[in-house]
Amino acid sequence: MKKTLLLILLSTAASLDALAQIDPVLLRRVSKDSTRTQLNMDAVYNRPFLQLGKLPVSLGGYVEANYQYLQENGVSEGHQFQMRRLTLFVASTIYKRIKFLSEIEFEDGTKEINIEFASVDIEIAPLLNLRGGVVMNPIGAFNQNHDGPKWEFIDRPVSATQMLPATWSNVGFGVFGKKYTDNWVYAYEAYLTNGFDDKIIDNSENKTFLPASKENRDRFEESFNGIPLVTGKVAVKNKQIGELGLSYMGGVYNKFEDDGLTLDKKRRVTACAVDFNTILPRVGTQITGEWAWVKVDVPDTYTEQYGSRQQGGFVDIVQPVLKKPMFGFEKAVLNVALRGEYVDWNRDHFKSTGGRIADEVFSLVPAVSWRPVAQTVIRLNYRYNWQKDLLGNPPSRLAGFQFGFSTYF
Amino acid sequence: MQTKIKVYAVILAFIGWGTACEKALPRPPADDDVLDGPIEGLTHEQNKIFLRGDVAFNDEIFTASTGLGPLFVANSCGSCHAGDGKGHPFTTLTRFGQSDTIAGNLFLKLGGPQLQNRAIPGFQPEQIPAGATFSKFTPPANTGLGLLDAVPDAVLLSLSDEKDADGDGISGRPNWIHIPDYTALRPGYAERNNKYIGRFGKKAAVYDLMQQTANAYNQDMGISSTYEHYDTYTGQEIDPEVSNQTVLDVVFYLKTLKAPVQRNQQDAIVQKGKQVFTAIDCARCHTPTLSTGASDITSLANITFSPYTDLLLHDMGPELNDGYTEGTATTAEWRTPALWGLGLSKKSQGGQYFLLHDGRAHSIEAAILLHGGEAQISRNKYKLLPAGEKEALIKFLESL
Repeated sequence: MKKTLLLILLSTAASLDALAQIDPVLLRRVSKDSTRTQLNMDAVYNRPFLQLGKLPVSLGGYVEANYQYLQENGVSEGHQFQMRRLTLFVASTIYKRIKFLSEIEFEDGTKEINIEFASVDIEIAPLLNLRGGVVMNPIGAFNQNHDGPKWEFIDRPVSATQMLPATWSNVGFGVFGKKYTDNWVYAYEAYLTNGFDDKIIDNSENKTFLPASKENRDRFEESFNGIPLVTGKVAVKNKQIGELGLSYMGGVYNKFEDDGLTLDKKRRVTACAVDFNTILPRVGTQITGEWAWVKVDVPDTYTEQYGSRQQGGFVDIVQPVLKKPMFGFEKAVLNVALRGEYVDWNRDHFKSTGGRIADEVFSLVPAVSWRPVAQTVIRLNYRYNWQKDLLGNPPSRLAGFQFGFSTYF
Repeated sequence: MQTKIKVYAVILAFIGWGTACEKALPRPPADDDVLDGPIEGLTHEQNKIFLRGDVAFNDEIFTASTGLGPLFVANSCGSCHAGDGKGHPFTTLTRFGQSDTIAGNLFLKLGGPQLQNRAIPGFQPEQIPAGATFSKFTPPANTGLGLLDAVPDAVLLSLSDEKDADGDGISGRPNWIHIPDYTALRPGYAERNNKYIGRFGKKAAVYDLMQQTANAYNQDMGISSTYEHYDTYTGQEIDPEVSNQTVLDVVFYLKTLKAPVQRNQQDAIVQKGKQVFTAIDCARCHTPTLSTGASDITSLANITFSPYTDLLLHDMGPELNDGYTEGTATTAEWRTPALWGLGLSKKSQGGQYFLLHDGRAHSIEAAILLHGGEAQISRNKYKLLPAGEKEALIKFLESL
């Protein structure tokens, strides 16, 4: 394993001098509005797009691939090469205040193909924009701001993707708006969409697992129970301090009636999240974090493996250590980074003993990343996970190395 | 140039740390520190079956759409046997309805003998019917079951002393049970009035691992099979919800799980504890060694092993008499549990002990002090031991 890892990493490092030149003549980069402070909610538009001539459609996307060698309790599945994502964006300004943007993602080759975003935005006023289509429910920050090239870590945060269900998109409508002052931006979003289903407590993950509802392909066509999922977020950003977001998502997840017959009482799922990001002045350290709580009305007579309360989050600390021309890239940056993450899948107590249910995971991910340009990141991560089962038995330990890239195109 | 060197230095430092430091990757636990893993000597084909069984046992989670319930106790085999070890009160079973050996279970039409205390959403779980006696059973460890299964009936009969002919106060007898038609009789089986010797389960009311597995799918998870094809909720015959192949793979997995490996065997205190164990007659029921006979799995044939059980029923006295029984066991009789793996129980029970048939003992000493009936004399002897010998005995038991 050591030799292979060494070979791969050294050959990649050595090839940094030999990156090919790209002819930029045909496609022109769409300029972004950089005068205004950007929030997480702007992430869908805050992407590099390319435009061909005078065509009214902009194109973009990103790709990420990686190598990994992980070992759990001394057992490894060996060297793995993964094409995690290929994502395509298509955007169009229909009129100067009417925009369309879509994001289609191919995960793990073609194992999953999802429309992650496809909505039309109509600006009535800066404080009142209408959005409809497939929208990304604004719970936490990661769900909206999840593009691979923006992160120094190959794996997405466990709390954001397995406790909260990023990327979590649904069909629906809503409103959003922003208010700018000198140093502050205030923003809100509110949507009614289709929502979850009873898979969240009836799945092969053996725990309350909100992402299980993503398996329901019908959710883009019909609501599982006819009750809209409500998602709302308020965010505030100060240019010097950073951005703080508070978000809520809630609705009924079970099929409580069918064909006019009552099957169960209405059971709710609720998630709340707080997110924060900042860049420390002078040292330039970027700190990004998110913490969320999930509450699910699980029947008392069901198995306690499916917890009624969960919590978890992550903190990323990214420190640029070199910002200067490197290997011919004028604005290259070398970062060191660390992610700490934790999820308690089940905050309940055993009815039989009154003891605390464990079922939790904690991980640390130190990383080195190199950005030859802002849109491209080459990442080297080391992951160490401790995972305790329901009973709190000695943890399963997983660790290993990951190396890969992610880039907008 | 300096920049390049710095970049290379950072990357190489990271690589160097990762590749040079084996500790960066978690090592496997010591073989004697875990219960899972196959017995030695399996063929490649048998390893494949073992792995299939491992996945079915530990990874397959049943949901409502794959047949779970609607009434159930657990949604996977692994829920009850974390790491193939003893279970936790969270998945302790409740059996009810039979209070003597003559009338049998009078509550079979009311959901007996096993309570399904959980239900999928929209359904209500069972309740113990009024008037039914019951007992709770903590899930046992799975390890070494194939060896226990391969012990010939003749060995068990040779260990039994039904009428206490030797006058030591310890009888020991098999539980003679009716067996389902899908079980295959073991070579040289014993029969009495169309009944056969049960050897698995708290009351030795299960003949073999096939019966145990098919019954657990059905009664614990509400999963029907061609072997146990009645739905525990409706009582009606339904389509199989698990394939024969999967059931057979799980049976093979259980048969070929390794026996627990004793730790600290050379430790002087452990050795002294072993002597105390014999001296106070614990070994009269917790038979230190047994031998297997013929087996279609070569690795299980003609092996001498150390389970510390005689697989027989013993009267354990009034303190452990819950008023419920199975087969021809009396309500105070329990099958001697194997003591191997006892010291690893905490690692599957969430860091604490839940011992005896229902987990009521939270330490090894508490379990010893709840022994009565045929074990009363040994309990009294234990009480009279000097502190050092008690400590040595416990250390020995923890080494198993």
